[in-house]
Amino acid sequence: MKLYQQTVQKIGEMLARREVTAQEVLASIAERIGQVENKIQAFTTLTLKEAEGIAADLDSRGEVGDLTGIPCGIKDNMCTRGIRTTCASEMLENFVPPYDATVVNKLKSAGAVMVGKLNMDEFAMGSSTENSGFFPTHNPWDLTRVPGGSSGGAAAAVAAGEVFYALASDTGGSIRQPASFCGVVGMKPTYGMVSRFGLVAFASSLDQIGPVTRTVTDCALVMNAICGHDRQDSTSLQLEVPDFRSYLQTDIKGLKIGFPREYFQKGVDQEVKDTIKKVLLKYEELGAIVEETSLPHSEYALPAYYIIAPAEASSNLARFDGVRYGYRDTHAEDIIGMFSSTRARGFGPEVTRRIMLGTYALSSGYYDAYYLKALKVRRLIKEDFDQAFDKYDVLISPTATSVAFKIGEKSEDPLSMYMSDILTIPVNLAGIPSISIPGGFVDNLPVGLQLMGRPLSEGTLLKAAYAFEQATDYHLRTPVMEV
Amino acid sequence: MTADRYEAVIGLEVHVELKTRTKAFCGCATSFGAEPNTHVCPVCLGMPGVLPVLNQEMVEYALKTALALNCQIAGYCKFDRKNYYYPDLPKNYQISQYDLPIAERGSLEIETEKGSRTIGITRVHMEEDAGKLVHQGNIMTTPYSLVDLNRAGTPLLEIVSEPDMRSPQEARMYVEKLRSILLFLGVSDCKMQEGSLRCDANISVRPRGQRALGTKAEIKNMNSFRSLERAVDYEIKRQIEILEKGGHIIQETRTWDEDQQVTMSMRSKEEAHDYRYFPEPDLTPLNIEQPWVERVRRSLPELPDQARERLVNEYHLSHYDASLLTTSKDVLDFFDECVNQYHEPKVVANWVMGELTRLLNQNNLEIKDSKITPRFLVDMLRLLEQGTINGKIAKVVFEEMFTTGESPDKIVKDRGLIQISDESAIQAIVRDVVALNPKVVEDYRNGKDKAFGFLVGQVMKASKGKANPEMVNRLLQEEL
Repeated sequence: MKLYQQTVQKIGEMLARREVTAQEVLASIAERIGQVENKIQAFTTLTLKEAEGIAADLDSRGEVGDLTGIPCGIKDNMCTRGIRTTCASEMLENFVPPYDATVVNKLKSAGAVMVGKLNMDEFAMGSSTENSGFFPTHNPWDLTRVPGGSSGGAAAAVAAGEVFYALASDTGGSIRQPASFCGVVGMKPTYGMVSRFGLVAFASSLDQIGPVTRTVTDCALVMNAICGHDRQDSTSLQLEVPDFRSYLQTDIKGLKIGFPREYFQKGVDQEVKDTIKKVLLKYEELGAIVEETSLPHSEYALPAYYIIAPAEASSNLARFDGVRYGYRDTHAEDIIGMFSSTRARGFGPEVTRRIMLGTYALSSGYYDAYYLKALKVRRLIKEDFDQAFDKYDVLISPTATSVAFKIGEKSEDPLSMYMSDILTIPVNLAGIPSISIPGGFVDNLPVGLQLMGRPLSEGTLLKAAYAFEQATDYHLRTPVMEV
Repeated sequence: MTADRYEAVIGLEVHVELKTRTKAFCGCATSFGAEPNTHVCPVCLGMPGVLPVLNQEMVEYALKTALALNCQIAGYCKFDRKNYYYPDLPKNYQISQYDLPIAERGSLEIETEKGSRTIGITRVHMEEDAGKLVHQGNIMTTPYSLVDLNRAGTPLLEIVSEPDMRSPQEARMYVEKLRSILLFLGVSDCKMQEGSLRCDANISVRPRGQRALGTKAEIKNMNSFRSLERAVDYEIKRQIEILEKGGHIIQETRTWDEDQQVTMSMRSKEEAHDYRYFPEPDLTPLNIEQPWVERVRRSLPELPDQARERLVNEYHLSHYDASLLTTSKDVLDFFDECVNQYHEPKVVANWVMGELTRLLNQNNLEIKDSKITPRFLVDMLRLLEQGTINGKIAKVVFEEMFTTGESPDKIVKDRGLIQISDESAIQAIVRDVVALNPKVVEDYRNGKDKAFGFLVGQVMKASKGKANPEMVNRLLQEEL
């Protein structure tokens, strides 16, 4: 087994025992990137040169830590000091932040070795990474298919062995859906668990950073490094972060699992439903109590989300105006013209569409009918979950309605693209934690299993995920790529 | 007069910059006059991915102000985004408060000729300031604009009054009173010229006796108390004139043109911005617990109305004098310090409100920027009391102190201004004057009282103002 195929946990142990150096680990990753990146196209920016310096420095200092010396990738919407942060948009193609996102800072102090910034749908708006302003990323399981989105670069890079783990962001499923499509583990923590400082905002009340890894254990290790209160993010929670490794147990006897019937209805592919039904049987075998339940307002989640997220986005993205940084159209006649043409040329069609949607939803005369109503729906969805969690420890569903679809299959039809997030969106509206892990395969394409829990129940989710992972071998399968 | 048949209805929106140490949502210093773009950071520059963190001192200052204005403090308030595009607004939205401001329903008192009037305060809310643009003329036609974002993110309070004022004078008095309260609280510099206190006026007129309000116009760009009063006055007359001609007032925003002394249309209601307010998702709502409010209430300093009552009760000053002395915290402090050292409050008050105010206005100075100290004024009053100088010379000495900053003793000594109380010396001058003005002396003896005054004047002139006036009177009378 090559080094790049190992897990974070395994490499960490090898580094700690001095069986391997950070530079050797990095060399393996660099070699792998050299082999497959031209097919996958997961990175917007590679920083192997900087990574070599960091790895050499770590080797010379001989420090040891869970993430020390382990190569990773960062979704390109998290600010990295001195390294361009593009959001996969022409608007920020040459933007180099003078500061690090809090999570990047945390990873740096944990001794992480960043090898590059990862491709995404522009400003995290999309479900296939086809909306990247630069190029689409390909799914390692089938290069003609999408890796999902918006964190397609992160999931594809982790699945293809180009990084051991990645940090991504999830606003309506952007970590979990690509994790599902690429057969990796992706966690969206409770809103406020991880600081958003330095994450280029899409929809502030929904955005949350989380890990993409190959195993549940690795997920726990990365969670340990990135969670915690940050004074620079007023919405980050003030609480003690547990050691998530302590939840990695296989005994889940008596765990109460609900499967909401609304998540198994039409719109979800039959093979996917069947795969997850088998998962439920597996959980019963493991001693969990599995029952059908209901989240009755689920069908309103998508429309509510497509009001709230674009509304916030229309305001968050207003700062990209060509005045202070980023792209500027210099041919405009006057200031209004400069604003308009900078934004018209700098943003791609999906970003433009959502800005217009959000602007409309907040306009006077429409605010009550759209935005305010969407907030009410959001509360109902939260209450649905609250009630379900009175009875159940964990809710289980498919992560996505299908396996990875073909590149180009949905890119001309925004609505069907939006529908592919229908199972992940309610979690963001409710602010609860959720994890997607490999739950099976259909035609050699991964199917994601989504676990959802009450606020701050990341530990329980990791435990339930770990128990399933240890009882199956889905996480051990890797995409076969011709090299 | 036609104007008498109409009544003006005026409400004011005042923005004040708070002089907190740091900006509203980042750690940058708030300071006026620094090199452009030196007090900036990723947060107040609106860089990608940054987040606001609420400055508690801003909330504290807002609470102080709201309590001083007798407002009801909201137990729960939140911030909202006000969205509009302008190059001086880095995020292209302003963090403000929309439907749940920190305080509502307050009031302040103004002293009009007809007595005391209560002006309602609708609301007080917190927000952040924008930066500054420098360009030639209009932003749409200038070849380029320079952007200075030092001011961007400075904490502001917006204080909105009820439409309770009825004249330009009342509008001015309201802002003056508000300013003095803010100065007493020490929350703002309140300099209209520098923009740390800015004022917009909503003005409508209606036939006297009518309850329904007329259509209003909002007037902006009034940079001094004088321009506020003039702009309001102009706008009232403009509206009355339109109504008299059978026309209609258009709801619009107008700007005061200082050069032409007129208000001019900026944009109509139809062109008004849709700010698309919505709750600021990057800040959590603010719970203002009662103990916090009480702690701030107890920490409030003496306010203008309380100070005024103190001057009336303790020093037996008139209501009017006491009001004048309490328009500014610095003036009151100056007065209080003088009175601590000198036993005649009324005399001190007269000098402060008279000569001192006159010289300050003449030189366009604030009291704390002038060279006069309470010590100097008190020393001078003692010289006057002791008879070392007379009243007329005192004014000369005072002006000299004001310009040079030298002590009254030194001025009197250096310029030989000591009063002449030597009877024989004055007697000699009196004789000379009488001898040189036989015609006037004759007029006086024929009953022309005015002639006496002229002779006194001649004696004073000959003594360079230094002769003891009482002696001059007595000796001149004896001589005649």
